[in-house]
Amino acid sequence: MSAAELIAALAAAVPGAQYEALESADSDVTPAILVPVEHLLATARALRETPGLEFHAFSDVTAVDFYPRREPRFDVVYHMVSPHRRARVRLKVRVALDQPVPSVTSVWPGAGWMEREVFDLFGIVFEGHGDLRRLMMPDDWVGHPLRKDYPVQLRKDAATFMPLQVTAEEFRANLERDRTVRPRSKEGV
Amino acid sequence: MGLETEFEIPVLTTTVESVVQWARKSAIWPVTFGLACCAIEMMAMASSRYDISRFGAEVFRGSPRQSDLMIIAGRLSRKMAPSLRRIYDQMPEPKWVISMGACASCGGVFDNYAIVQGSDQVVPIDVFIPGCPPRPESIIYAIVQLQKKIAASKMDQTPKVRIA
Repeated sequence: MSAAELIAALAAAVPGAQYEALESADSDVTPAILVPVEHLLATARALRETPGLEFHAFSDVTAVDFYPRREPRFDVVYHMVSPHRRARVRLKVRVALDQPVPSVTSVWPGAGWMEREVFDLFGIVFEGHGDLRRLMMPDDWVGHPLRKDYPVQLRKDAATFMPLQVTAEEFRANLERDRTVRPRSKEGV
Repeated sequence: MGLETEFEIPVLTTTVESVVQWARKSAIWPVTFGLACCAIEMMAMASSRYDISRFGAEVFRGSPRQSDLMIIAGRLSRKMAPSLRRIYDQMPEPKWVISMGACASCGGVFDNYAIVQGSDQVVPIDVFIPGCPPRPESIIYAIVQLQKKIAASKMDQTPKVRIA
């Protein structure tokens, strides 16, 4: 399925969205589509639930920082797979600094940790995520290291201490948080 | 001469200190703790080809509470540093640390925010090994150097100066 065919199939499901087919070296395998950020969630739902598309498997989300060459500076890149159709698709969303992106965890729950990683390293906030904590860097880290304007050769004292034990209250709070995080959507799955 | 000639069975006189330090240096048990690619060379050091058991240091212990030696084998990330320190704190005295390879000793090629630029910021180091990665012979040499250091040190070792 080429990018043009995908856009035609999506246009029926998501009225009013302006898609754009993007060039890529592997476009015969993975068609790439530029999606407006306000239509991302509807597009994701349509990709998953429209008969004939059925991208049930969420493969990856990552980001690219084009600072200072381009404004808006970030590309958020999604990869989806339809296992039984043996098809792939790549979505790109352009966002500026401090512009939130809707989370796709309500469509694919497996996107949660990957969105946390993108948030951790690029500082892109995913709205509606529910548990947007850092994943790679320590919890108290300041800054987002994969941004192009991040001081990579940072000098800083190494932390040598972490609390040996959580208190009973902290333990209960963690338990509650893990239970209540990201309520499962009724539709889907 | 002396006490040795007084008995019919052969005896040998020495000091308690040198016997204890001989025992300590002859059975340095490292903690099973590898951080990166240097750990592959550390495992090779324990294999039959290089055979660190010739120097009594082949018993890699799964628990820090049974270990004498920590080999920091690989780059130490900032997120790993508290865990490394905790494992070090769990090891009983006397304990020694070998910093293996360029990354553990000074950050190596990873001059960036994520890697501790020298693991001596986190734990006191006894021996540094250069190399990227060091060959198993280098680690054996470091352990022999450490044995010399132990043999030359006092039995009632006061705890080393602790950083941080």
